[in-house]
Amino acid sequence: MATQVHMHGRIGEPIKRKEDARFIRGKGNYLDDIELPNMLHMAILRSPHAHALIKSVDTAAAGAMPGVVAVVTGELMAQHKLAWMPTLSYDTQAVLATDKVRFQGQEVAAVIAETKYQAEDARDAIVVEYEVLPAVTSPQQAKESGAALIRDDKENQKDNHIYHWEAGNQETTQAAFARADKVVRLHTFYPRCHPAPLETCGCIADVNGATGKATIYMTSQAPHAIRTVFALVTGLPEQNIRVISPDIGGGFGNKVPVYPGYVVATAASLLIGRPVKWVEDRNENLISTGFARDFHMTGDLALDKDGKMLALRVHLDSDNGAFFADAQPSKFKAGLFHIVTGSYDIPTAHVTADGYYTNKAPGGVAYRCSFRVTEASYLIERLVTNAAIELGIDQAELRMKNFIKPEQFPYHSATGWEYDSGDYPKAMNVALDQLGYDELRKDVEERRKRGEVTGIGVASFTEVVGAGHGADFDILGLRMFDSAELRVHPTGKAILRMGTKSQGQGHETTFAQIVTEELGIPAADVAVEEGDTDTAPYGLGTYASRSTPVAGAATAMVARKLRDKGRKIAAHLLEAAEEDLEWENGRFFVKGSPDKAKTIQEIAFAAYTNVPEGMEAGLEGVHYYDPPNMTYPFGTYAVVVDVDKGTGQVKVRRVVAVDDCGVRINPMIVEGQIHGGLAEGYGIAFMQLITFDADGNCIGSNFMDYLLPTAWETPRFELGETVTPSPHHPLGAKGVGESPTVGSPAAYVNAVIDALSPYGVTNIDMPVTSDKVWTALRAAGVNE
Amino acid sequence: MKVTMNVNGSERAGDVEPRVLLVDYLRTNLRLTGTHIGCDTSSCGACTVLVDGEPVKSCTILAVQAVGRNITTVEGLAQGANLSPIQVGFHEEHGLQCGFCTPGMMLVGASLLERNPNPSEDEIRWAISGNICRCTGYMNIVKAIQHAASARAAAAAEKPGVPVTAGAAGGGE
Repeated sequence: MATQVHMHGRIGEPIKRKEDARFIRGKGNYLDDIELPNMLHMAILRSPHAHALIKSVDTAAAGAMPGVVAVVTGELMAQHKLAWMPTLSYDTQAVLATDKVRFQGQEVAAVIAETKYQAEDARDAIVVEYEVLPAVTSPQQAKESGAALIRDDKENQKDNHIYHWEAGNQETTQAAFARADKVVRLHTFYPRCHPAPLETCGCIADVNGATGKATIYMTSQAPHAIRTVFALVTGLPEQNIRVISPDIGGGFGNKVPVYPGYVVATAASLLIGRPVKWVEDRNENLISTGFARDFHMTGDLALDKDGKMLALRVHLDSDNGAFFADAQPSKFKAGLFHIVTGSYDIPTAHVTADGYYTNKAPGGVAYRCSFRVTEASYLIERLVTNAAIELGIDQAELRMKNFIKPEQFPYHSATGWEYDSGDYPKAMNVALDQLGYDELRKDVEERRKRGEVTGIGVASFTEVVGAGHGADFDILGLRMFDSAELRVHPTGKAILRMGTKSQGQGHETTFAQIVTEELGIPAADVAVEEGDTDTAPYGLGTYASRSTPVAGAATAMVARKLRDKGRKIAAHLLEAAEEDLEWENGRFFVKGSPDKAKTIQEIAFAAYTNVPEGMEAGLEGVHYYDPPNMTYPFGTYAVVVDVDKGTGQVKVRRVVAVDDCGVRINPMIVEGQIHGGLAEGYGIAFMQLITFDADGNCIGSNFMDYLLPTAWETPRFELGETVTPSPHHPLGAKGVGESPTVGSPAAYVNAVIDALSPYGVTNIDMPVTSDKVWTALRAAGVNE
Repeated sequence: MKVTMNVNGSERAGDVEPRVLLVDYLRTNLRLTGTHIGCDTSSCGACTVLVDGEPVKSCTILAVQAVGRNITTVEGLAQGANLSPIQVGFHEEHGLQCGFCTPGMMLVGASLLERNPNPSEDEIRWAISGNICRCTGYMNIVKAIQHAASARAAAAAEKPGVPVTAGAAGGGE
């Protein structure tokens, strides 16, 4: 009698997370929890000015303080040719400033001492003499004639312009605008914000003087790529560099780039011969590491008199800060922004983008989004709602009229994307039904008659994630594949190692479930390991919702390879022909004789004890997956808000979010991700703002100024789903972590604009704070 | 300065500079690294511990201010291999993702249930509003605390007269 195995944890089962066991006991192993013998601590001195010449750096007093082992300056780094480093956007960034500082918070010097407290004490004793220069704090200022030149370190840089970039077709777009009945324009600023994961960034560099091996523990979402970058920058042989990403306390894009602190700590460990720990504090995190957004956008949408979209024209000015350090792997200068035609069948479009240096922190990370898709989605979704209001058409109806139809997939967009699959009307209908849209519309009208300010916002986003096929996507030449290595032990248990790195996404559970589905080993029996470049196969990391589309696909493919080998072993064990075997529920059985079967556990044991003549022993493999295309998750979000006329306060009454991310592997984890993204979207729409005063001082440099949503103001979320599998992904999955951050800001703001539309208000830039709403209402003469 | 305090049921003695924060003392001197540092300004709650049963942000007080007090950290929630109801709740209801805010959230939740065994959703949201989570959107954290409340009520119904704690071991009653 063949053994029946219960394959607990298959795709679609909301099994509980395996990683929880250590976290709920306080036994996670985050970067700052790691204590190495003889370890030193580093503190970084940062510039108080946004733009200033460095006249002198005096480290004498600091060097004499208790516990201080070394003080590192830009000059010292320059002696080792490490004062500058390359960015992910083919620019350079100062590691420690030598000539001048270009943003407030820029790294100027570092102290290495026996304790953290001693390092910080000595840091405060370093004396730097500055000559303050005028600060440039916006693209508008940056392009003014006579604006201070920020990047005078670059030989051919005569102004503050970084790049000009275009997509689509100018000629056909102009022609379409010429015959449009209606052109709707929206100018909007998607302000600078910061991912602010609860754990800040940091590293421990441990260079062994005897072997030359550099082990660098780092809060990195992309440890393998970092290792290669370190090898290229420092000249250390790559086999002597080991990057370990331990447990990560949230990333959201903030932990993709290489930060100067990593380089300084590594250089210091190399020079001193002891491990050096650097963990930034929250202020340092907010003022110096990867910011997001900061796009000034103007969109024009051409329509005919029936509301059919004819063309889209977009221009954006991008504020990139002092160094062009956008953390994005595409060949497109403004990332994936040209997905801006969104969910709509717009025949022609033209997108232009210009990037500018300013005296602000560098970065441009994909904050819980796929490289600028958030800005694109926000612009088109805000524009469509404004068009609906201007045309007097219901905003859901205008979307329905212009959606790409299900039969048009694969759909080639006017800006060059090939959308893999979608059913936008279905997601819209599910959302409207769940909300009770028609009834609510009537209710809104009734309330408005009573003088209430209330509205409904809709957004139907299309994401583009899963970077990406190697032809268009790379990091410094490294193609954006990802990998999975699966090793099944003799007892039928397994270890799966991947090139990605979870920061809370639940990889240890989700990817074990893919093995369960494909190979029949229960998820509980599959250990998942990531983040150690000495043990995991090479991969490009976790961001841009790419883990399931890319590494998840690699996991399915490697499991299938092992299943193919398992079939040969089973045939040998059952003395049957391979083609007579059928696979089902974790076992091969002889067709027509379901009792003649071998389970994957029996096959695994045989792989080490009884393989067919001539077969290599063992049951393990590796797969590198280069996706043929991106995946295109989508959905419709609907938000209902009530506005207090007296205070301008916006209360979110309801949020309905219908997501289609293709096949859901662990629905519990998917829903958790959507909840989190909707909360971050709420924060971005209403609270989170990094701004600067005229002198370039960062406003939003701590959690008392940079406001994050708490449980109290965060709305309750009502989720719904449709499932349109990706046709090119082996499991039909698309990725989901970022859809809610991409889709929800426009839904929230559209609801406010809908509420204010009776008063002629057409736009309020994020964050939509009470004072802005109150001011808009007062300008319309309606304040109580 | 010599400091002594009861941490998770054991008397612990140490020698610290007067300026050392409680969170640094717990993490560095006692190597109880389940208490996390998220902001340094008492804004995020990742460093929350219970001092005599009350939630306190341990970046806000000095180690010397905790002398003689009963401190509970996340490491003190479970009784040996037995998880406390709040820990079970967070696992069962998917109340955590990256896990960084989780120790503070669980301690606040446990403390709430000691005071108010059957809180409403609003009461739970208000209680945890000093703790920031960037991953979960709070939906499942609320459910996790409700799960723990139900488990405590069920346990109390099964064994009347035996006090059930939400896991605030070492906390003052």
